[in-house]
Amino acid sequence: MVRFMNVNKSYGKLNVIEQLNFDVAEGEMVSIIGPSGSGKTTVLRTLMTLETINDGVIYVEGKPLTHMAKGGALVPADERYLRRMRTSIGMCFQSFNLFPHMTALQNCMEGPVQVLGLSKKEARERSEELLHMVGMIDKRDQHPSRLSGGQQQRVAIARALAMRPKVMLFDEVTSALDPEVIGEVTNVIRKLVTEHNLTMLMVTHQMGFARDISDRVCFFFGGKIEEQGTPSELFGNPQRERTKQFLSAVKEAI
Amino acid sequence: MNFEWSWTLTWEIMPRLLWATANTLLAAGAGYAIALVGGLIFALAQRAALGPVRWAVREFVEFIRSTPLVLQIFFVFYVAPQFGMQLSPWTSGLLAIGLHYSAYLSEVYRGGLEAVPRGQWEACRAINMSARDTYFRIIIPQALVPAVPGMGNYLVGILKDTPMLSVIGVMELMHAANSIGSEHYRYLEPFTLVGLIFFLISLPTAGLIKLLERRLRLGLGL
Repeated sequence: MVRFMNVNKSYGKLNVIEQLNFDVAEGEMVSIIGPSGSGKTTVLRTLMTLETINDGVIYVEGKPLTHMAKGGALVPADERYLRRMRTSIGMCFQSFNLFPHMTALQNCMEGPVQVLGLSKKEARERSEELLHMVGMIDKRDQHPSRLSGGQQQRVAIARALAMRPKVMLFDEVTSALDPEVIGEVTNVIRKLVTEHNLTMLMVTHQMGFARDISDRVCFFFGGKIEEQGTPSELFGNPQRERTKQFLSAVKEAI
Repeated sequence: MNFEWSWTLTWEIMPRLLWATANTLLAAGAGYAIALVGGLIFALAQRAALGPVRWAVREFVEFIRSTPLVLQIFFVFYVAPQFGMQLSPWTSGLLAIGLHYSAYLSEVYRGGLEAVPRGQWEACRAINMSARDTYFRIIIPQALVPAVPGMGNYLVGILKDTPMLSVIGVMELMHAANSIGSEHYRYLEPFTLVGLIFFLISLPTAGLIKLLERRLRLGLGL
């Protein structure tokens, strides 16, 4: 579903992603963990085309995301091509990024109406269904400023899902939340994993959560995958020294 | 020396001054309307992807802001005909003052646009919005709220700058007062009245701007 091939990304001399090869299968839930600065968030951001890559190719559903075929060669994609490719990807952010001048419902309807060209009625039905799913239907007419962090993040998830993406990206979606509301967001994601066949990529610091719901966990270090495996392999029996260090450091923090 | 206030003259010249007030309001209103749109165009052009466009607009705005309005009014009125554009005093006056305030308003807009968090742009991209929808449906509405006080200041500013148009013969308040003065050999009454009229227009404008800002905030749910 998603494939990184020899991808490099650097800011000046700093390499954030180095020669990354990474595959995600359809319907797979992959968690990305690792210390800060290991490039894990950048992986999601390049996939959402919020960042450009310097080298290599990213494929989504077998088609190059950042490049397009032109005269037998791959050239950097133009905005029109990017917009077509972006339809299959959705993303939720650490800071929610809801549109503050719109209600919860309007936030969800904006994309379906303006981008997908759905009628207001269809978009409303789709959005209400999703707001119901994330438990926010009662607050549909509230503006984000009237919602708690956990509530905003649930609306943000509904907004992303309203675009019917095939791949969902969660970028530290619980990091800005108070501990007591983290559960309401992780429960929504849990529900997505069990009830929907979405491909999901999640950057998280919630090790317990990652262990619970992931098909695979990747430990990033220095812009590369240092180690990956099933949750029980990676958490239960880490092979690499850096993985062990990281996991024990995290454990101490708890 | 004669400091006596003549009520007879006051009532006599009132109709002319009120007529000129209408012209002043028209000049300020139309000039401001041009500036509202022109300023937005300048502000957006300075964020354009094309480097040379960005640079050219930036320099143009800088140039307008650092040269006197009166010069620009003369320039449009007297120099434009040499390039084959015969413009009436009204047209050239509105063009010059509108352009002048476009430059100032573009800076206000620019500040507002920069105040919108980067996450808003990213959220738009994540739902695959077009650049146009991103600007007009998400970014500009949010940029407007912090821009309103600055926009209000320039509304009062443009009103107070309309007397500059008298230099090319636009019959606004100052021009009218000046003619009245030279016809009657009395300046006390006309100029005092002009001052009073400007004050009476400016004062409620500031209040209206505050109201508008509050309404806008409420309307956008911010």
